[in-house]
Amino acid sequence: MLRALLSSVFLISIVGTALAAEPNADRKSELLYRLKHDCGSCHGMTLKGGLGPALLPASIKEHSNEFLIDVIRDGVAGTPMPPWGVELSQDEAAWLVKKLRAGVSHEN
Amino acid sequence: MKTKFVLVCALLLSACVTQQGVLRGTGDLGVVIERAAGSIKVVETTDRTSLYGLKGLGDLSHASTVFSRDGRYAFIFGRDGGLSKIDLLERKIVKRVMQSGNSIGGAISQDGKLIAVSNYKPGGVKVFNSATLDLVADIPATEIGDGKRSKVVGLVDAPGQKFVFSLYDSGEIWVADFANGNKPVIQKFKDIGTLPYDGLVTPDGRYYIAGLFGEDGLSLLDLWQTDKGVKRILDGYGRGKRKLPVYKMPHLEGWASVGDQLFLPAVGHHEVLVVERDSWKKIDAIPVHGQPIFAVARPDGRQIWVNFAHPRNDVVQVIDVPSRKVIKTLKPGKAVLHLEFTPRGEQVWLSVRDEDRVEVYDTRTFEQLTTIKADKPSGIFLTARANRTGL
Repeated sequence: MLRALLSSVFLISIVGTALAAEPNADRKSELLYRLKHDCGSCHGMTLKGGLGPALLPASIKEHSNEFLIDVIRDGVAGTPMPPWGVELSQDEAAWLVKKLRAGVSHEN
Repeated sequence: MKTKFVLVCALLLSACVTQQGVLRGTGDLGVVIERAAGSIKVVETTDRTSLYGLKGLGDLSHASTVFSRDGRYAFIFGRDGGLSKIDLLERKIVKRVMQSGNSIGGAISQDGKLIAVSNYKPGGVKVFNSATLDLVADIPATEIGDGKRSKVVGLVDAPGQKFVFSLYDSGEIWVADFANGNKPVIQKFKDIGTLPYDGLVTPDGRYYIAGLFGEDGLSLLDLWQTDKGVKRILDGYGRGKRKLPVYKMPHLEGWASVGDQLFLPAVGHHEVLVVERDSWKKIDAIPVHGQPIFAVARPDGRQIWVNFAHPRNDVVQVIDVPSRKVIKTLKPGKAVLHLEFTPRGEQVWLSVRDEDRVEVYDTRTFEQLTTIKADKPSGIFLTARANRTGL
């Protein structure tokens, strides 16, 4: 019984995260465009780095999702990384982190 | 005999005609960077048209261009470390080298014989022969640990066959003097401030100014008296006001110098600063629509045109220099990234990235003269830069 309850909670939380973490299709393409062109002005359009560090899967693998989401939304004091939280919700930042981990194609 | 005659004629002809079959100069030509496609459009400002496009220039997501002194060749610096030499008349890439892993910009020497490129990775400056693109000198930047070297920004040419640049991570300004051949004499100025992010040289080539990201202030080097060292100017220019997050770094190359006044973008503020040259004091701060990226003077000095950082980047404003007031606000479209005047200033060309167009305006009437299609245009560079120090 307890186990069933626990796994239900677990399932719900997974489903909940998955649902919350997905912006709609238009917003996704908007986010990818911003990633390429606005994030890209410092991190490079192909995300190989520039004034800011590279954002390739290998370059961010040592950082947790929470850390990366915080950096995106709150910026990094003392560096040019600005807080994007005014434009990006927690879920949108989380979705971007997921895309970065998977590797973003340059073609879109 | 007849064959020889025909051959000579053919040779003569091919020597004087371009691919279009029309003899022409290059003084009204320019390059528009198409940042996403890795291509350029070559434009002309007389009839305001796009003449042709060239592809295969690599990652141009942060790209700039300098021109040979005869205005025939464009040197394009790409983000991926690619340096490409374009023959504007023959309409082709003459030579292309991958000179680093990650670069930010470049300059051409006073005598036109050297091309310098500033690099992020590995951090430093590489200098090439402008005819062959063979490497002439390699100037590694200061080590900052982990085998890394400081990124180099704000590279400009200066009189006396010099290149001047700033070291972003280590907070330095270096002057590399090539007057005595290809082994430069390098003068280093340390502790010039935190995170210099770009630099400019005044149009006369005398003063080099580095903008600081880490501090409210700028660093000034008088190239006529380098023994006096680097001086801090406009210390605390934003004092008492909350600095806003900066969603795009300002660019200093186009900083406007009019008579004894300089017009500079304030980092993190919706202001253009007016600075008196010589005393280097702030004499005014002009409120504008957003955080300025480029503040560029029309060649006659009567107007300053300003574009803005994301997300207020669909607007361009015009400042009247005598009254120091915004006299016009234009809305060319989403993401105006760059602006460039024709040599005598009757037109201004604006790149509107998100709309895939370049807009040309009359600077007297503010009337839109034409629209030219371009794929995610960013930098616009006209050949008149060939004859200007620092551009």
